[in-house]
Amino acid sequence: MNETLKNTALFAIVALLIVLTGLAQSWNAALLIIAMGLISSIMALGVNLQWGFAGLFNVGIMGFVALGGLAAVLIGMPPTQGAWSAGGWGILTALLMGAATIILAVQVMKRMAKGWLRTLVVLVVLVAGFFIFRALLDPSVSAVEAVNPATTGYLGGLGLPVVIGWMVGGLLAAGAAWIIGKTALGLRSDYLAIATLGISEIIIAIMKNEEWLTRGVKNVTGLPRPMPDAIDLQNDPGFVERAANLGFDPTAASTLYIKIGYGLMFAAVLIILLVLAQLALNSPWGRMMRAIRDNETSARAMGKDVTFRHLQVFILGSAICGIAGAMMTTLDGQLIPTSYQPLRYTFLIWVMVIVGGSGNNLGAVLGGFLIWFLWVQVEVLGPGFMTWVTGALPDDSGLKEHLLDSVQHMRLLTMGVILLLVLRFSPRGLLPER
Amino acid sequence: MDLLNAFIALANYVLVPGIAYGSQLALGALGVTLVYGILRFSNFAHGDTMALGAMSAVLITWGFQSLGLSLGVLPTALLALPFAIIITIGLLLGTDKLVYSFYREKKAKPVIFVIVSLGVTFVYNGITRFIIGAEDQRFLDGERFIISARDFKEMTGLEEGLAIKTTQGLTVVTAVIVVAALFWFLNKTRSGKSMRAYSDNEDLALLSGINPERVVMITWIIVACLATTAGVLYGLDKSFKPFTYFQLLLPIFAAAIVGGLGSPIGAIAGGFVIAFSEVTITYAWKKVFGYLAPEGMAPDGLVQLLSTDYKFAVSFVILLIVLLFKPTGLFKGQSV
Repeated sequence: MNETLKNTALFAIVALLIVLTGLAQSWNAALLIIAMGLISSIMALGVNLQWGFAGLFNVGIMGFVALGGLAAVLIGMPPTQGAWSAGGWGILTALLMGAATIILAVQVMKRMAKGWLRTLVVLVVLVAGFFIFRALLDPSVSAVEAVNPATTGYLGGLGLPVVIGWMVGGLLAAGAAWIIGKTALGLRSDYLAIATLGISEIIIAIMKNEEWLTRGVKNVTGLPRPMPDAIDLQNDPGFVERAANLGFDPTAASTLYIKIGYGLMFAAVLIILLVLAQLALNSPWGRMMRAIRDNETSARAMGKDVTFRHLQVFILGSAICGIAGAMMTTLDGQLIPTSYQPLRYTFLIWVMVIVGGSGNNLGAVLGGFLIWFLWVQVEVLGPGFMTWVTGALPDDSGLKEHLLDSVQHMRLLTMGVILLLVLRFSPRGLLPER
Repeated sequence: MDLLNAFIALANYVLVPGIAYGSQLALGALGVTLVYGILRFSNFAHGDTMALGAMSAVLITWGFQSLGLSLGVLPTALLALPFAIIITIGLLLGTDKLVYSFYREKKAKPVIFVIVSLGVTFVYNGITRFIIGAEDQRFLDGERFIISARDFKEMTGLEEGLAIKTTQGLTVVTAVIVVAALFWFLNKTRSGKSMRAYSDNEDLALLSGINPERVVMITWIIVACLATTAGVLYGLDKSFKPFTYFQLLLPIFAAAIVGGLGSPIGAIAGGFVIAFSEVTITYAWKKVFGYLAPEGMAPDGLVQLLSTDYKFAVSFVILLIVLLFKPTGLFKGQSV
């Protein structure tokens, strides 16, 4: 079977599965799967750039996705009245002081001769800087968090269109990736994995605890949408009339309209990124990346700066994850720091990339849709399946009750097993790299 | 100035918890470092191996408790530990046979092993949650304190109390025994020596007739003992919750890298470095400084450098510093 045919067939199968969902469950559910599938595909594309192109193992996808979500809030939400005057500028000064401390310490490291004096000066700079930072930060933070804590209690955002937040999300993620890449790249490959695991835990810890920034566990809700509001559409006589002509009632039509709108926006982003990734893959740059991946030593012997190239592709891939994270928060309309779980945001994306075919951009997209579809459907169909399996057991059996209760944990197991099976028996994935 | 009370407060809130936590991390890091030294990859499944081992101990403990078996003042979990270790050994050897041995034969790159171990992590995690659920489980029984704060105050007449939990004492004693046994094994027995030889120079070890499969098997057995013990001690000391073990992965890796991956002594040192940094940086020093400062000069704030929510940040920053300045760690581990 030739390759184009096989690719088309695989994509057609996934499309068919989604259409079947629409027919059997609801079109709303199907459209939601498409929207999240598009976002998942973008994340998978970013990870594929790191793993498929360059062989870098990133266990911190969750952190980069969360940073994207943060950016959507910081750009999209309206600024909180009075919070900036209460302590916003104080926080900003404190953060600048913190940054200045680190820059100063780095400069001292670079300029002074090696020895105990340098160590001492660096330590003094860091410790003094930390205390000044805390002294400036703490009062401002309490002031900001005291501003109407029930509904705001945080700085809010800039009130700009949320789509700008998508780009900012990419930038934030790129910044975090730069810090990690600078320290962990160039050492052995496991170190990058461990360092990314660490940064993602810390990003989530910051988002959960810094209430002035993200409202912490109180969540940010009501993020402005780039789409018209469902209520507005239902009150718009023109829209209701057009919906009626197509045979829809206004409520259903408005939700479908919004979902389709999101789908089109996300698809546009995915297509742009996919085209760019394809161009990159087939360019001299892409060939160089694969050469480095396949044999670092010979690439180095050819005069390629391996560490720099790794840093480059690591930052690019993380930025794409950040963009996708911002898009996801936009779709949800809220930022829930506690919802970021490594299973859902790191591991699932890995399964998508490996199953789809690492090194193949289309494979990442296919994996994104397919695995997301399975992930959603296992949740829907799992309890039914378990009821069927346990049907033979008596109703009052403790085992039956336990099995029905723990069906939600089956997803972890299923995804782990899928990853291990694909790695073992079909390591090149559904759409192998050419 | 009240040096004695200051010291007791310090011991109560920093030294005792730090030593107990350090011992738990050291046991965990020893497991990671052994896998690294012999199989040459960072085992992401280690945290969840600990969780599975601890879960087996929890279930067996419950079984013993319902049979009326107990160790009196000591937790029943100690009685369950050997059985839990056997289950974990079976699990790890089975995983090796089913999963890792294939990649060993293929001589796959270390990063493939890391990905595979991530897959194993989630399978283990799924099994744990499937069997016992995701919630907190208590399985501690017996005497709660070796010495409680009130008894200590009555005994010494001091203002500050010093409480030592049974689990903390138990952690330290067990850790010392396990570490001593491990070092005896590595340094004195034939199998231990062949393990060290294999870790130092694989080709040379193979050339001198060391059977690699046997070395790998022994490694997994030791790792199972270490992981289960660490998991049970941590679960007794804090509480058993599957997800916390995944989060322990970061401090454990940090400990192993700080000490130098592949170096057992380094893993122990690293465990204590990480534990004490975490405890001292997230501890509110108000009380200790209150005793030390002259009359009327006691600090107003909590004197806490970082809130406890950021304890992971501490291990992470230490990790970054080590990677930047001394990637081989304190005890010259393998960095490439």
